[in-house]
Amino acid sequence: MMAKLGTLLFIIWIIVLGTTPFYAENHIVRVAITIAMFSTMAMSWNIIGGFAGYPSLATAAFVGVGSYVGAVSQINGVPMVAAWLLATLFVCILSAAVGALLLRLKGHYFAIGSIVLVELFRLIVSSWSSLTGGGNGLNVPILRWEPDEVAKLFLMVMLGLMVLAYIMNVLVKNHRLGFGLQCIRQNEDAADMVGVDTTKYKVIGFVLSTMLCGTVGAVYASWVGYIDPSESFQIVVTLKVPVMALLGGAGTVLGPVIGAATFIVLEELVWVNFLSWNRAILGVLIVILIFFLPHGILNIGLFSKLRRKAAAKSRKGDS
Amino acid sequence: MDFAQIIVNGLALGALYACLGVGFSLVWGVLNVINMLHGSFIVLGGYLAYFMWSYLGIHPLFALPLVGALMFALGYGLQYTLINKIVHAPVLTTLTLTFGLDMILYNLMTVYFSATPRRIRLDMGSFEFMGVFMPADRLVGVALAFLLTGLLFYVMRSSKIGRAIVAVRMDTVAAQLMGIRINNIYAITFGIGAMMAGLAGVIFVMVFPTTTSVAGVYLGKAFIVCVVGGLGSVPGALVGGLVLGIVESLSAHYFGPQNAPIVGFLLLLFLLLVKPTGLVGVKGYE
Repeated sequence: MMAKLGTLLFIIWIIVLGTTPFYAENHIVRVAITIAMFSTMAMSWNIIGGFAGYPSLATAAFVGVGSYVGAVSQINGVPMVAAWLLATLFVCILSAAVGALLLRLKGHYFAIGSIVLVELFRLIVSSWSSLTGGGNGLNVPILRWEPDEVAKLFLMVMLGLMVLAYIMNVLVKNHRLGFGLQCIRQNEDAADMVGVDTTKYKVIGFVLSTMLCGTVGAVYASWVGYIDPSESFQIVVTLKVPVMALLGGAGTVLGPVIGAATFIVLEELVWVNFLSWNRAILGVLIVILIFFLPHGILNIGLFSKLRRKAAAKSRKGDS
Repeated sequence: MDFAQIIVNGLALGALYACLGVGFSLVWGVLNVINMLHGSFIVLGGYLAYFMWSYLGIHPLFALPLVGALMFALGYGLQYTLINKIVHAPVLTTLTLTFGLDMILYNLMTVYFSATPRRIRLDMGSFEFMGVFMPADRLVGVALAFLLTGLLFYVMRSSKIGRAIVAVRMDTVAAQLMGIRINNIYAITFGIGAMMAGLAGVIFVMVFPTTTSVAGVYLGKAFIVCVVGGLGSVPGALVGGLVLGIVESLSAHYFGPQNAPIVGFLLLLFLLLVKPTGLVGVKGYE
């Protein structure tokens, strides 16, 4: 029952975001696109970070690679949508290779290894200037439509990705894969012992958690029309995404959506007005989150009580 | 460039890296916390020394103890009031908290100190010995880096506090049963980590121009030093620093200076996969 209610809320939220062009000004549409973008990333992170409990900080690395693959192929004449798919495929292959190596590490070592990927990919992209334009960045061919139409298109695409990410989360959660990943989070050695193929599960989880990040990167590049290494590979973004998931409640399907929306709305309302204090306010938010909301909004007393009640009811219904 | 010059440059850089990484390695090894504040601590130490030098006319050598004391107090306070509360939480929590604190510190520094590159210029000329060239201020920096790292090694070896820190690193529960106040030792360790970062910052501001934006670069170097050398030991950081310095110096020569940091990070990933305990690390500390 709770899952149905969650899906209903999610659909309502998608409709609210999707209809912004009809009742709100351009700025709000932009915010809606950003919310969809970060919701997709936070839900993707949730697969490896929430279900499997691996502290991955590599989100920005794969978003950046996705945006560069998309931009370079568009510049070389690949049609826009094909470039997005190409970027997704490339990121999947890359993350399978990287994941197979990196996922042997645990805890602190995995965190360091994954955060280093962001810096490593940024350095490679900026030094490979014959292909990527180096520090000067790349101009991506933009759509020659009315600005309003362009915004509507990208809103729809980002919302589409967000829905895909949601479906992916629900499927993973109800599938053996999600069960396996949750076993890995609780005790990896024990999971291995009872026959969960931990290596395979982790790699699949990692690939799923980066796949849509690659797409988001490529779509973002087509939307803004210009990318450069320091903008595409940001350590701050790589940390914002897990913070969003934690804010909502990591390991739940709806948590990352709530977290991303709360975060972006707060960002728009509060710290856009204090431009030079942007980072500090984000830092204070993180400190508050860690000390006062360690399990996220979804797990605040009231909500978890509601959930427990619902669970108890459904148990009664079964027997 | 001559091969001897490359190696000497590498060793000089390596000594600075060792001093930069030793505090980070100590905090990670003892507290099991990845201190994302480390880069900003280095920059803060450098700025403090710079302002003492340019406004109060304090020579950086005399600024060292002052900066050290200030940074120790800052580190001790942060650990005692905030980080201690969650020090045993999973890595994502501790890392996120220190990163949040880093954002606050970073922002404060950019607002109050602005991001202009600053450097203490002592104009001491340069040395030449058998065709190997070395600026004198860098030589002083290298000597200081060795001295400070050696001093820390001595303190860890022979003082009561140092032994207590090592005991906590080896077995927290046993140390507690022996009457060591863990929270206090954690705060002291974090204070020493911040102090070493600040002192490294003083040395760096004498050798390279420092701005807030290099905080991330320094943090990256600290990661590499720590993983290459192994956690929580002074000799480990020394080995890690020197290896990184020589590797960077060689790769800057053969692949170009812009590619040297890439080689550094590849070295980190390679060692993480092959020997995560580091070159001189001891198993079982994590």
